[in-house]
Amino acid sequence: MFENLSERLQGIFKNLTGKGRLSEADVDAAMREIRMALLEADVNYRVVKEFIARVRERAVGSDVLNSLTPGQQVIKIVLDELTHLLGDTNSGLVLSGRIPNVIMLVGLQGSGKTTASAKLAFRLRKQGRSPLLVACDIYRPAAIDQLEALGRELDIPVFRGEGADVARIAKAGIRHAVDNLRDVVIIDTAGRLHVDEEMMSEAVRIRTTVKPDQILMVVDAMTGQDAVNVATAFAEKVDFDGVIMSKLDGDARGGGALSIRQATGKPIKFVSLGEKPDSLEPFFPDRMAKRILGMGDVVTLIEKAQEAAEADGGIDEKALKRLQRAEFTLEDFLDQIKQVRKMGGIGGVLSSLPGAGRLKGAEQQFDERELDRVEAIIFAMTPAERRNPKIINGSRRERIAKGSGVAVSDVNRLLKQFAEARKMMRQMQSMSGKGRKRMKFPGGLPGF
Amino acid sequence: MSTPWHKRLSEGLAKSRDRLGGQLNVLLRRGPDLSQEFWEDLEGALLGADVGFSATEEIVTSLCDEANRQALPDAQAVLGHLVERIAVELRGAARASGTGTITTSGTTTSGTVGGITTGTVGTTVFDERPVTILMVGVNGTGKTTSVGKLAKQAADAGRKVMLGSADTFRVAASEQLDVWAKRAGVPVVGRERGADPAAAAFDAIEAAEKTGADFTLIDTAGRLHTSADLMRELQKVQRVSVDRSTPPVRTVLVMDATTGQNGLMQAREFDAALHVDAIVLTKLDGTAKGGIAVAIVRELGIPITYIGVGESLDDLRPFDAESFARALIQGV
Ligand SMILES: Nc1nc2c(ncn2[C@@H]2O[C@H](COP(=O)(O)OP(=O)(O)OP(=O)(O)O)[C@@H](O)[C@H]2O)c(=O)[nH]1
Ligand SMILES: [Mg+2]
Repeated sequence: MFENLSERLQGIFKNLTGKGRLSEADVDAAMREIRMALLEADVNYRVVKEFIARVRERAVGSDVLNSLTPGQQVIKIVLDELTHLLGDTNSGLVLSGRIPNVIMLVGLQGSGKTTASAKLAFRLRKQGRSPLLVACDIYRPAAIDQLEALGRELDIPVFRGEGADVARIAKAGIRHAVDNLRDVVIIDTAGRLHVDEEMMSEAVRIRTTVKPDQILMVVDAMTGQDAVNVATAFAEKVDFDGVIMSKLDGDARGGGALSIRQATGKPIKFVSLGEKPDSLEPFFPDRMAKRILGMGDVVTLIEKAQEAAEADGGIDEKALKRLQRAEFTLEDFLDQIKQVRKMGGIGGVLSSLPGAGRLKGAEQQFDERELDRVEAIIFAMTPAERRNPKIINGSRRERIAKGSGVAVSDVNRLLKQFAEARKMMRQMQSMSGKGRKRMKFPGGLPGF
Repeated sequence: MSTPWHKRLSEGLAKSRDRLGGQLNVLLRRGPDLSQEFWEDLEGALLGADVGFSATEEIVTSLCDEANRQALPDAQAVLGHLVERIAVELRGAARASGTGTITTSGTTTSGTVGGITTGTVGTTVFDERPVTILMVGVNGTGKTTSVGKLAKQAADAGRKVMLGSADTFRVAASEQLDVWAKRAGVPVVGRERGADPAAAAFDAIEAAEKTGADFTLIDTAGRLHTSADLMRELQKVQRVSVDRSTPPVRTVLVMDATTGQNGLMQAREFDAALHVDAIVLTKLDGTAKGGIAVAIVRELGIPITYIGVGESLDDLRPFDAESFARALIQGV
């Protein structure tokens, strides 16, 4: 998408350089592309309108025209403005000195509050706090069971109260935290519609009873234009402090984040990127801006790669050397598989790449299970075989196939692929002298 | 929460009537003239209803043409024409890609409450007898709740129902379905958490066969359409179900009306992986319009069958193309 937007803007401005003046039509065409990108990202159409007006003003006023790459220049303005509107910097949890701190989660049905509560507790515990989860969703069948089970899995205590008065349950939960030396309480509440007066006043009742340090609204990243209405109503009635945006591990562009910020002025504090307990991450406006434009989240991807490498004791210098000399072994290969795994598997890596939406085909070509198979085959080899695959003869192949539960043909295929990869590395080595060629991923993925 | 459902229904309808009046005022506030502003407002209303950029542009452009060609006299006439066109499109899907076995428009149930049609629906996958239905969709759209509501409706209509819990992934998912089964007064089978969901579906179909059930609904775990692994898992559930089930197996996508443009990607991916037979659109009791359904019907031709309008057993209505289309341009 970004590639598209960028290319299209480039195309529009292509004939401009030297003309001396931006024509109205050029600017209109560019603004139309930006408008389309934002609407496709679910930014509210009224917000888009204002936004376009600002960008237009800046584009006309600046020296876009004198730039060699006016398209990039406009993109930069758009990114700057978006980042600015999203809040410029990351804004974390603001907790007082009170013990226990109280955090309350609210939101529409199905937005992901219960999972977010557990993830937040997990995160706070990692920071040295001792959280207590309080179950206040007494309506949805088995919601309390769900929170209890999540707590059990993470080894975080869960308080479930009695009766139908959720404000009382919340209060009892806090007392329970005091008695049990827990220093932060996270209240999970029922999903509610912003137009359901009865349920909204219930949320207010909880708020006035327990006076939370922070009220966080959980919003599904897939939310469309209605995000504005919902957030405005919650801000007016419940008055929350910040937003957790959930389900960002999908391909939703999350333009609702911008709409909410614009409509309510409330910051986005966290994003949730998966079903695992550690998938709650701080929100970064610049990354979100890129995502809204469809630029993919390369930064997060790089961070994950670094984390994975660091967890392994840094990048292995020797392996790097071997790689450069095209002498890498099946053991290096195994290490690489492990790292890809840590980064969320091939699917995880691909979905963070720019233009991921268009990579669907490529993703299908990589079967995650293929990784399992390759791993199993290499595991079944002796260290000597891994270092020097040439010694793997027919009978060794049979042994390896048996040991890893695959067919001999699978072993053959792996060895062949490995030999080819090595050959390719050697060719690249000899090529690097005559000017570097861009390496291409299989499936037409551009190297980056 | 304790308000009786019929009271809530009439309140809900009153609410939407107010909104209907309100928005008509907005779109007609400059009088009946077909001014530039009118077309811009109309475009805004469609965009704001999540119809999406491309579909909105197409609709507005061709409507503008038609208004000229047919010499539509005023804004009111254009809006009437628009509602009819969208309704025809939405109904068209119901016929074009129905169930394959039933081609007539079938029995229709309709009624009026306070002047608003509450339901006119052709025959859908839910009317096939016997049938096995897989309920699929992304996380939190309302699959389990809709299973409960559909089960109740089928049981009330005298059908023999069997529920299956193939969500062996999410914590407390089968406990949740158990509660709905009890509310609807129907049996449910499932497996322990972590079990193979395909095996769970298999068990449900077998149980249905043994008890002579003719309406088997299988709840599955919510999953993002971008997760290739989980989509493959779902394909396996479908494959195993098709192999085991004597009745035809239908796949229903449950979609949250609050969803924006990502809904189209969801529908594309689920349809590509599983061939989706019908859509249930939930959470239309809020202020979201569910306009993405228009884009989905236009591109994929999957019929919308039911809408969810609340969290109780009875909060399910047959999809009515015309009132849906009218609500789209009501705005807020
Ligand atoms: N207001 C409203 N809420 C609904 C509707 N349908 C479902 N819900 C609520 O949405 C939330 C999620 O519903 P579930 O049925 O658990 O959704 P699901 O798709 O089974 O969720 P997962 O299995 O976790 O993916 C619950 O709080 C439901 O009560 C509806 O039509 N209107
Ligand atoms: Mg469910």
